[in-house]
Amino acid sequence: MNKVVQSAEEAIAGISDGMTLMLGGFGLCGIPENSIYALVKSGVKKLTCISNNAGVDDFGIGLLLQGKQVKKMISSYVGENVEFERQLLNGELEVELLPQGTLAERCRAAGAGIPAFFTPAGYGTEVAEGKEVREFNGKKYIMEEAFKSDYAIVKAWKGDTDGNLIFKATARNFNPMMAMAGKTTIAEVEELLKPGELDPNFIHTPGIFVNRIFQGSNYEKRIEQRTISK
Amino acid sequence: MLTKEQIAQRIAKELKDGFYVNLGIGIPTLVANYVPKDMDVTLQSENGLLGMGLFPTEDDIDADLINAGKQTVTTLPGSVFFDSATSFAMIRSGRVDLTVLGAMEVNEKGDIANWKIPGKMVKGMGGAMDLVASAQNIIVAMQHTNRAGASKLLKELSLPVTGLGCVKKVVTNLCVMDITERGFELRELAPGVRIDDVKAATEGKLIVEGDIQDIRF
Repeated sequence: MNKVVQSAEEAIAGISDGMTLMLGGFGLCGIPENSIYALVKSGVKKLTCISNNAGVDDFGIGLLLQGKQVKKMISSYVGENVEFERQLLNGELEVELLPQGTLAERCRAAGAGIPAFFTPAGYGTEVAEGKEVREFNGKKYIMEEAFKSDYAIVKAWKGDTDGNLIFKATARNFNPMMAMAGKTTIAEVEELLKPGELDPNFIHTPGIFVNRIFQGSNYEKRIEQRTISK
Repeated sequence: MLTKEQIAQRIAKELKDGFYVNLGIGIPTLVANYVPKDMDVTLQSENGLLGMGLFPTEDDIDADLINAGKQTVTTLPGSVFFDSATSFAMIRSGRVDLTVLGAMEVNEKGDIANWKIPGKMVKGMGGAMDLVASAQNIIVAMQHTNRAGASKLLKELSLPVTGLGCVKKVVTNLCVMDITERGFELRELAPGVRIDDVKAATEGKLIVEGDIQDIRF
């Protein structure tokens, strides 16, 4: 089985209007830059994007927003994006905000074959509206369901042609759970290696979860808050 | 009255050796500057880092290494990276010993509002709802009143709630208060602040009993 594709364009083949995508990354850290550019170029529309953040105006998911390709964002924090705000206030865009840990666990559950779970996060808040509440050991929890998505797109540091992945530093964030959760999972990596070149002891995502993999290029890795020690 | 730095400095006195601590954005971040030199405190950043170090020098900047405020940071000996599910597993299961965060409003039952102002652009709750729902030990660092001069320590919240009954202690520019089943219990006063000043700035039920100390650093 060959999982290796030659380009981001080839990797995103099959993504069509109205689909639900998971996109890894926290802020601009660990986002699948090459695949996002390919989605922008493809012109695919009415996407539902599950991603912790929505990028900035001219980078990351912000580029998909500029092209009015996103129908709905499911995120925990969407500041830092003027175009996002404009579309939201004009009713051009839907947004569902979820606690960050709930977002992560709904991805993990999807990848772990668990349809739902109970979390205390959001109990008593508007996040709990319409959700089942249960009490365990005297504390209230709300039921959250596993996400359903058509494609998950993740970014790793190193990968091999079998789809095994290693992430770097805090660029790991949501990527491992999303890699497990996609009906089809696409991984772009900074360095694509042969089987055996990654130490099996240090692989974060087993290749069984990854359907397509390619070596990305020209990573910009933009920094949102460049902060230096004085 | 306390400056933001002094609020952070007072909160740092609540740290204990061996604590794992999550610091929110704003005043809470400053608490890291006042960890006693001989104390072993490990900072958790919920994007996936335990053992957060200082900001980097220009030469050490790594775009793949940031904190939950999206600032570039560094690691320390013993630091560890993990995914977001593992990060919130630590938080929900109560492994984080102390959470310090800012607030727009706190009420006398310990409910907190800090994520949304109706009519304004909503940015989102990030990890705040997970943190307040699970942490055993939450300290709020904030100004006692808002920019319009209205109390932020209320009988009932006016803004959408982030979490219920979770705040145990509040440190403001005016004072230190514990929140108990009785309400806001005044414990310590900032230099130059009188009990009447706190009464005037606190809308919720304020309890002034026993020995009220001056805040010391």
